[in-house]
Amino acid sequence: MNRLAEQLAANDMSEFGLHNNNDSAAIAGPSFQLAAGSNPAAFAHHFIDAKSEKDSLIKIAHGTTTLAFKFKDGVIVATDSRATAGNVIASQTVKKVIEINPYLLGTMAGGAADCSFWERVLGMECRLYELRNKKRISVAAASKMLANLVYRYKGMGLSMGTMVAGWDEKGPGLYYVDSEGQRIANDLFSVGSGSTYAYGILDSHYRYDMEVEEALDVARRAIYHATHRDAYSGGIVRMYWVRETGWEAFPLEDVGQLYYRYHPEIQLTNSAESPLTVAPLA
Amino acid sequence: MDAQFAIAGRDFVISVTDKGVMSSILKMKKNQDKTCQLSSHTFMSVSGEPGDTSNFSEYIQGNVKLYSVRNSQDLSPSETANFIRGELADALRSRSPSHVNLLVAGYDKGAGEAALYWIDYLSAMAKVPFASHGYCGYFLYAVMDREYTPDITLDGAKALVKKCFEVLKTRFVIDFADYTIKVVDRDGTRELRQDEL
Repeated sequence: MNRLAEQLAANDMSEFGLHNNNDSAAIAGPSFQLAAGSNPAAFAHHFIDAKSEKDSLIKIAHGTTTLAFKFKDGVIVATDSRATAGNVIASQTVKKVIEINPYLLGTMAGGAADCSFWERVLGMECRLYELRNKKRISVAAASKMLANLVYRYKGMGLSMGTMVAGWDEKGPGLYYVDSEGQRIANDLFSVGSGSTYAYGILDSHYRYDMEVEEALDVARRAIYHATHRDAYSGGIVRMYWVRETGWEAFPLEDVGQLYYRYHPEIQLTNSAESPLTVAPLA
Repeated sequence: MDAQFAIAGRDFVISVTDKGVMSSILKMKKNQDKTCQLSSHTFMSVSGEPGDTSNFSEYIQGNVKLYSVRNSQDLSPSETANFIRGELADALRSRSPSHVNLLVAGYDKGAGEAALYWIDYLSAMAKVPFASHGYCGYFLYAVMDREYTPDITLDGAKALVKKCFEVLKTRFVIDFADYTIKVVDRDGTRELRQDEL
């Protein structure tokens, strides 16, 4: 963000595809309109805190738990749904899975706007690839496209940690792409402030040869346990399964209700002294 | 925090890189190959800023291959290293410097000898008998200084690599679970398992 602000302060905006008026048709690629004022970027920089280093009025959502893993029948993608702004819960119903096309999913961690904008751009590029080449894009190529896209903006304040999951000619595909320009392939990833908790569950229960039901159980539990310990994760568990026929979504599950499912010994009562009671063991 | 070192004999180079991908306190992957094959007899190991590492090495790999295709001849290790250094030096003073540390290893078929080049992110370059980047150097340079001889054999170098592993295991805070071990000699490049040392 600093770099962007300094560059804009130098009054050389055309170089970055940024324009105050609408005569920017000559420049290819996305261009942005700027707000009124002599130096909007520097003005906004005062209030926006891209790295959460200091107090600021606008905070970018960083707290999240997202996970994805390959297994014998495809890829499972699961996320929580909480958005935080500082220590306020801004929303409990965020959709952190971005449906790029019927065969590709992206997950959202870091800056929500950065993730949704660039994965929308990725969706467009993937569609153009289909039209040009008369076949679907591979997960490897799609994730590389996203990595190259954000690498151009490295050091300019982008914040995203995303997993690109899908199915192509080679079978299931899963890549981690972040705003550092890093892109790595693996069978299992978790991203966000709750990822350490999710990894704890995943690493001890994940197997490649799981059946779908078991895979969904592991994913659900990993998100649940992450939301239980990470204050910046919570809400509902959202799960997807990507297979040869494309992705399908599963019913949403409230982590509050999962608490009672996973701890049947604990029940809510009307007792004022102790609303939570432990049922006597039979 | 990567482990990256290499040892050159007269007619071979043995190179070691760890396989971990670390992000803050997390280990995100444990089987990443951090080497980049440039031609049949030349490769480099890469560490540094995430993103830059793959971007820079893929750029170099593409251009070194392009040279081979255009001229029906591979670049020698010294030519390769000097080309890389030049590209890194140009990038250093540009808007987008690449923060990468490299060890270029190769076998020069014409001269019949192996070569190892140490290049850091400021594009300083040196032809060296053995080399390391990062914290590992603080532990390994003493060992390599003590044990290395210019006429070291491949078996001797393998034993030295094993000693280096021991030092890292006993004294370094990070436990590098697994390593990519690559050898280049007149027969080309091959990868070794840890139990083959």
